[in-house]
Amino acid sequence: MAAEAGPSISRSALPEPYVVRRRSRETADTWTLEIAPHDGPPIDPKPGQFAMLSAFGVGEVPISLSGRGRGGSLVHTIRDVGEVTAELCRTGRGDMVGVRGPFGTEWPLDAALGADVLVVAGGLGLAPLRPAVEALLERRDSYGRLILLYGARTPDDLLFREELDGWREAGFDVQLTVDAGTPSWPDRVGVVGKLVESAEFDPVSAVALVCGPEVMIRFTVAALVENGISDDRLYVSLERNMKCGIGHCGHCQLGPVLVCRDGPVFSWDQIGRWLAVREL
Amino acid sequence: MNNKDAPDRVISLAGLEELVGALRRRGYRVVGPKLRDGAIVYDELDSAVELPVGWTDVQEPGSYRIVRRDDEARFGFAAGPHSWKQYLLPPRVRLWRAQQNGASVTIEEEAPHDERYAFLGVRGCDLGAIAIQDRVLMGGRYVDHDYAARREGIFVVAVDCGDPAATCFCVSMGTGPAAESGYDIALTELIGGEHRFLVRVGSERGAEILDDVSHRPADDADREEAVAVTERATAGMGRSLDTDGLHDSLLQNLEHPRWDEVAQRCLACGNCTQVCPTCFCTGVEDAADLSGENVERTRVWDTCFSVDHSYIHGGSVRPGTRSRYRQWLTHKLATWEDQFGTSGCVGCGRCIAWCPVGIDLTEEAAALSGAEGGSNENT
Amino acid sequence: MRTLDAVVLEAPIFADLDAQYAEQLAGCSRTVGFEAGETLFREGDPADVFYVLRRGRVALELFVPGRGPITIETADEGEVVGWSWLFPPHTWHFDARAVTPIRAVAVNGVCIREKCDGDPALGYELMRRFSSVLLDRLNATQVRLADLYGGSHGR
Repeated sequence: MAAEAGPSISRSALPEPYVVRRRSRETADTWTLEIAPHDGPPIDPKPGQFAMLSAFGVGEVPISLSGRGRGGSLVHTIRDVGEVTAELCRTGRGDMVGVRGPFGTEWPLDAALGADVLVVAGGLGLAPLRPAVEALLERRDSYGRLILLYGARTPDDLLFREELDGWREAGFDVQLTVDAGTPSWPDRVGVVGKLVESAEFDPVSAVALVCGPEVMIRFTVAALVENGISDDRLYVSLERNMKCGIGHCGHCQLGPVLVCRDGPVFSWDQIGRWLAVREL
Repeated sequence: MNNKDAPDRVISLAGLEELVGALRRRGYRVVGPKLRDGAIVYDELDSAVELPVGWTDVQEPGSYRIVRRDDEARFGFAAGPHSWKQYLLPPRVRLWRAQQNGASVTIEEEAPHDERYAFLGVRGCDLGAIAIQDRVLMGGRYVDHDYAARREGIFVVAVDCGDPAATCFCVSMGTGPAAESGYDIALTELIGGEHRFLVRVGSERGAEILDDVSHRPADDADREEAVAVTERATAGMGRSLDTDGLHDSLLQNLEHPRWDEVAQRCLACGNCTQVCPTCFCTGVEDAADLSGENVERTRVWDTCFSVDHSYIHGGSVRPGTRSRYRQWLTHKLATWEDQFGTSGCVGCGRCIAWCPVGIDLTEEAAALSGAEGGSNENT
Repeated sequence: MRTLDAVVLEAPIFADLDAQYAEQLAGCSRTVGFEAGETLFREGDPADVFYVLRRGRVALELFVPGRGPITIETADEGEVVGWSWLFPPHTWHFDARAVTPIRAVAVNGVCIREKCDGDPALGYELMRRFSSVLLDRLNATQVRLADLYGGSHGR
């Protein structure tokens, strides 16, 4: 899961100007931006990695890659939760944003070769997992069963709904659940951990990739462990305050790790102990 | 880094002045200790006469004051409120500026720092601190461009510490009191008899600068007196910290009741992180002018004692003082090792003296790890 | 064709149940089917039965004036639907609707309650199993109160 060679030394603190190619709405407060370099080659993030996105004059936030567009352009899915994300969500076609990166560790797609793969997402957590889903499907024959368990608050909060059927057809067992359903909702209502119990996978060799809010991660990991997946085959993507992305600013510490440098993707045996400590 | 080929020399008080002059002639801005606002701080020096001649400091938890010595020592004091990170990792640094013209943006990186500093009077603890920040900011996959540019040019004149404070514990941390490495030249101030300095050469540059400074070869008496200075300083350490097994015991005691007790006293002011010579946390501030066309990003010192330090939308990961103090102390003495392969503490004692309520890191660490230690006052 | 007690034992909640208890359970049971959209029970109606789902999905719904029905939980194959028969006043708290065609075993709650009253050992055994499932449901519900997906996470 080692990352590719990163940007050059002098450029790691300097954003590259990118142009917004497309903006689309995902949910009430979440938007997807497709951005391409203003000039120069695009960066090449791997599934699981993130970039630092700048709204010029407002600030910078870490946003995971959520897909790739035409010509290697970057796709990022952003929830409007603060000053910078609000500004990024407001950008339109042709606007400029700043990009630094890519930074961080990748989903262990090579380590999972030959095994069943459970992708478990909560809410916006599907965004950093979408490149992993796509990469798994690109090499469909190299993996065992592919299972996506996805939970959200309501059907309206599900991301990428139009793509879920395509993933099903391409070989993913897609199971959805929401906290509150409507009469027309055909899938499940309940916690995402409950989907783990009924999913069919080989617990001895299966690899799980989990992303969502931390409380969702905690309960989902408990369900995965209860169903036989060991700590070293269970990977989570974590979120902490990140300012620099390169391990220099100290904000994203979680005990012995710097989430931006050593993560955001960690195996549970690496990080579970520290995540269990409150306010660490 | 010690240059074994170069023999030790001795320079006089006049030689010290010549050294400052030689550095200035080579284009260095000489920065060293100076008396200001009732403290010994680092500032630019035009001459060695600006040093705090005949002054020392008396430090205790939550207390720092300067008093007259009964001699004319130039370096007769311990660590003050400043450290060299003021110059290597300044409190505010502009990283870049950008201009927006319609739909186009031009981003211009700040020109690399081109002033060369000569640090005069760097103690063992602070040489250790510089080495630690080197690891953090230059030792990983990414190099901090600004830090590297500033660090690159510095000339280091170390001075062995002869007067540790009651708050000092560099011996426990293995950084002092004598300067071991990381200097161009190192001085030991010898006050008995003729007031002079034993000079050890640590680099080619160090050897070269001495060509411009009157000196004589060191003799056995000089060397013996220098050894005695270090021995006295070692024996005079005000505090100690038992680092044996400290990493594990701290991390096994993350829910120790002592964290609650220290949180009752801690004001979460962040003084300790400002004076600490290794604390490196920074944030960034983006700003635009009124037109919105000119924007810039500035890097500023931050502290893990602020609620915002760990903020992710929705709230802070460490809302309580307990968890923020715990973060600071366990980072400094334990997880720093996991992250960067070295302790984050050099034993300078600044955090103890400059804590407004006198929280003593050595005492807390000892209590939290169940070990004896802390103040040596009663021994 | 399998006997009804064998079918009962397939449900996780009754796994490894003593054969004589399974027989008692089967004695109160019958197999049932529902079409998609059909109602299994309605809020306020007498609760005298529970269902062990063999196939299909059931939605538990709460009718909210102005919003209509919202689904608060779904149950799938192997799960049990219906707890209100256990305790007075023995009336349903929610609506249960078949999302898909259902095959199930319907167990008569009145019949089971009587058998349990007559045989406290059976009563204890069943209550232990029901409590365990109820606790899991309660935990899951409490986890959802924490707004699992909504709170943090801005990416």
